[in-house]
Amino acid sequence: MNSTFLHQARLKRQIWLDMLFRGMTRLSAFGVLALLIAIIFSLVVGSLPAIKAFGLGFLTSSEWNPVTDEYGALVPIVGTLVTSAIALLIAIPVSFGIAIFLTELSPRILRRPLGIAVELLAGIPSIIYGMWGLFIFAPFFADHFEPWINDHIGTLPLIGPFFSGPPMGIGILTAGIILAIMVIPFIASVMRDVFDVVPPMLKESAYGVGATTWEVVWKIVLPYTRIGVVGGIMLGLGRALGETMAVTFVIGNAHELTKSLLMPGNSISSALANEFTEADGELYTASLIELGLILFFITFVVLSLARFMLYKLGKREGQST
Amino acid sequence: MSKLNRILSGLSLSLTLLGAGGAYAGNITGAGATFPYPVYAKWAEAYKKETGTNMNYQSIGSGGGIKQIKAKTVDFGASDAPLNPEELKTAGLTQFPTVIGGVVPVVNIGGIAKGQLKLSSATMADIFMGKITKWNDPRIVADNKEFSLPEQSITVVHRADGSGTTFIFTTYLSQISADWKNNVGANKAVKWPVGTGGKGNEGVASYVQRIKGAIGYVEYAYALQNKMNTAQLQNRDGNFVAPTDDSFKAAAANAKWSADSGFYEILTNEPGKDSWPITGATFILVHKNQNKAATAKDVLNFFDWAYSHGNKMASDLDYVPLPDKVTKMIRDAWKDQIKDSNGKAIWP
Repeated sequence: MNSTFLHQARLKRQIWLDMLFRGMTRLSAFGVLALLIAIIFSLVVGSLPAIKAFGLGFLTSSEWNPVTDEYGALVPIVGTLVTSAIALLIAIPVSFGIAIFLTELSPRILRRPLGIAVELLAGIPSIIYGMWGLFIFAPFFADHFEPWINDHIGTLPLIGPFFSGPPMGIGILTAGIILAIMVIPFIASVMRDVFDVVPPMLKESAYGVGATTWEVVWKIVLPYTRIGVVGGIMLGLGRALGETMAVTFVIGNAHELTKSLLMPGNSISSALANEFTEADGELYTASLIELGLILFFITFVVLSLARFMLYKLGKREGQST
Repeated sequence: MSKLNRILSGLSLSLTLLGAGGAYAGNITGAGATFPYPVYAKWAEAYKKETGTNMNYQSIGSGGGIKQIKAKTVDFGASDAPLNPEELKTAGLTQFPTVIGGVVPVVNIGGIAKGQLKLSSATMADIFMGKITKWNDPRIVADNKEFSLPEQSITVVHRADGSGTTFIFTTYLSQISADWKNNVGANKAVKWPVGTGGKGNEGVASYVQRIKGAIGYVEYAYALQNKMNTAQLQNRDGNFVAPTDDSFKAAAANAKWSADSGFYEILTNEPGKDSWPITGATFILVHKNQNKAATAKDVLNFFDWAYSHGNKMASDLDYVPLPDKVTKMIRDAWKDQIKDSNGKAIWP
């Protein structure tokens, strides 16, 4: 009698604890949602004066003049997108190479040290990349690469104008390269992890029928891990879009739209980092907050596109088999 | 603007309290300009040793300092650009200068000895307007016959962040060039016609050191610390002067300070044959009507002590202390302008 009673009491307590636990998990999950909505809301409220004053013209104007209080977001938007595009253009093939080497080609003894090195690279704070970029990479780039780029690529028709300019070492191209170095460890380590989960049986069978390493990677490993690979790339892109300190150090911070990638430009996050502390006019502050809202929106669109792409891919797969 | 601002100020207030390790009597907080931070920190340290009063200063930038003192989250604000008399009146603030500093042009041109390049007012303005693009331009050569200037592109380096240094520098350019005044203007951040931006004095200094053919502007102390090549400038009297403590003092000596305008005085392009043309004071902002009279008194005590005991410390850090005549005027202004809730003067 007594023991059943105890048993029941314990059960009751368990149920109560379960409910408490469920409540807590729910609170955490909804807390994140509430936080997201609160951030969007305060960004919108903060940027209202700028939205009212400039409307959609804010997105297409390259003017940025604190003296006359006229602001437009075109230069930072272009800078953010172009530097991120350069970063991915460099980072995707390199990361792919790293991941294939680590999973398929590397001698077993090298895999762990190399893998750890890649992961350590991912853990370095971005300001260190910025300092390294400004003090070591930029002068080196200015002395040894930019003159060559000017002489050989800058003289080509069509793409020439994008690669000519004074060899300063800082500018959009440098920012893109530094970003590439920063996102490579992210993309590479995700790619390596997903390549590792491809069932050995599939690969062995392919090798067994005489496929080369390249064919195995391209026709077996990559289709099997497509979702993970795209996910890794998006993770890298997310970091590249929002990166602040490293970009601020090397992009040159000029509100000017130039064709050449060797010239200084600006990105949304570095404009915010540079100007927020001293922005004392209402319109100035509001314009900076609107820049933040735009960055938020760009990241959101990019992530949604990635999801959509994966969804489409998944669907096609369903039909073809 | 309000909501976000309130949140931000609330946040910084809590940080202030954290930083101070809890508020206790005789504890004052200030926030603002980064340029005078080294000397304020030095004064605070010495003052604490002598009196036990803790002065906690956050160098968050002049704009932030003005916002915080308006929101009353700090006991005093600090700004490199003075507020004009109307702005002071609207916000119910009073303002006084603390130390004077100089902004100097720094260059990176091969084969030119330190401090020897001479730039006239007209060439200075045209370089920053992007109208003179090569170092061997005849107008630069005309003032520098003794060297052979290279045929090298000029890269202008300016501040990327809003800054009191930029305010002083662009005010100077507006005074010497109508073209600059009409097309660019003076502010803490402007739309630069040419060039690339570095973050902070250290950012500009390092860009100038990296880029061959660069010219930029930094606080004098940064040029000294980084052993940079400074240029001589032509002042209002037409003489070429080098940036030194003496030429800053000469500029400050000619200033006409007045308590009525809240010591609104920009020291650029001052007359005098030895005056350095880009000189500026940095300012402190306090509320005229003080609810917490004791704290306000502590703030004034601190600056009173700094004026009488802090000059050596300021000079050691390459700032120019204010003349005694001016500090006396400031103390008188405190007496006139800063009142407690009963309308009684807080100072002395």
